[in-house]
Amino acid sequence: MSEHNAQPPSGDSHDHYQGHHGEETHPGHSTLKGYMTGFVLSVILTAIPFWLVMANVIESAGLTALIILAFAAAQIFVHMIYFLHMSPKAEGGWNLLALIFTLILVFIALAGSVWVMYNLNINMMPGVMSEPVLEMQSQ
Amino acid sequence: MTTNATEATQNLPSSHFYVREHHPEQGTLLGFWLYLMSDCLLFAGLFATYAVLSNSYAGGPSGADIFDLPLVALNTSFLLLSSITYGFAMLQMQLKRVNGTLLWLAVTGLLGAAFIGLELYEFAHLLSEGYGPQRSAFLTAFFALVGTHGLHVSFGIIWLIVLMVQVKRFGLNAENGRRLMCLSMFWHFLDVVWIGVFTFVYLMGVL
Repeated sequence: MSEHNAQPPSGDSHDHYQGHHGEETHPGHSTLKGYMTGFVLSVILTAIPFWLVMANVIESAGLTALIILAFAAAQIFVHMIYFLHMSPKAEGGWNLLALIFTLILVFIALAGSVWVMYNLNINMMPGVMSEPVLEMQSQ
Repeated sequence: MTTNATEATQNLPSSHFYVREHHPEQGTLLGFWLYLMSDCLLFAGLFATYAVLSNSYAGGPSGADIFDLPLVALNTSFLLLSSITYGFAMLQMQLKRVNGTLLWLAVTGLLGAAFIGLELYEFAHLLSEGYGPQRSAFLTAFFALVGTHGLHVSFGIIWLIVLMVQVKRFGLNAENGRRLMCLSMFWHFLDVVWIGVFTFVYLMGVL
C-alpha cells in the first residue's frame, strides 16, 4: 500500500481507485443530508398536487393541470439531482448528455403524438365518417 | 517493470488520463445509465399512447369514475419512502456495514412489495367490475402504462432479493457495490417514472 502511495501512476494504481479518487468521480456522492433534502422536497412536491386535485382548490381544471405538471417537472428535477446524483461532472458529462438527448426524443414523441393525433381527430370528426363506421370502430 | 512503467508515465503528459480512464466501474454505471435512457424511451412511447387514447372511453368509464386517489396517494408514498430507504442502504454500504445495508434493502423491498400489492388490488378491483384492458382504448393504454411500470418494480424487487443474498454471502466487495449502484439507479429511475404516472394518469385523469 505504501508502495502505491509512493508511485501513484504505476501500472496497478487503479487498485486503490475505490480509496481516493472515487470521491472526485462521483461528485454527487451520497450523503445523508443530500438524501434527506431530496426526500423532504419530493414529499412537498407530491403532497401539493394531490391536495390541489383532491380538495379541488382551483376552479379551472386547465390551470390545475398546468400547475401539477409544473410540480411534476420540479419533482423529477429534484429526484435527478438528489437521488440519481446527476451533475454535469458525473461520468465526464456523458450521463447528462445522454439524458438531454433522451429528453429531446421524449419531447418529440409526446408532443408529436398529441399534436398529430389531435389534428387527425379534428379533421376526421364531423360528417366524414358515417354512423355505422363509428360503431364498428368502437367494438 | 514497475520502474519502467513509472518512467514511461512520467514522460507522458497525458499519463494521468490513461490511468483514470481505465475504470471498469464507471463503464458499467454509464452503460446502465444508457439502458435506463432507452427504458425511458419505452415509457415515452407508452405515455404518448396514453395521451392520445386517454379520452377514448368507448362508452366505458372515464378516469374520474375509476381512479381512487387516496389509494394512489398511499401507493405514491410507499414508492417515495422506498426511494429514501434505498438511499439509506447506499449510505450503509459506503460505511461498509453489511447488516445495515441488508436491513435497509429489506425495508426497501417490503415497501416495493406493498406498492405492487396495492397496484394488484387496484387492477383486480377494476377487472372484477368489468373494466379490464379490453373494455376501451383508454383502459388498454392505462393498463399498458401502469402495468409496465409495475412489472419494472416487480423485477426490481427480484433483483433486490438476489443482491441481498449476494451481499449476505460475499459481503460488500467491489462487484456487489457496483451492482447495488446499478439497482439504486434503476429504483430511483422507477420512482421518477411514477411521478409522471401519478401526475399525468391519475391526477389529470380525475380533473
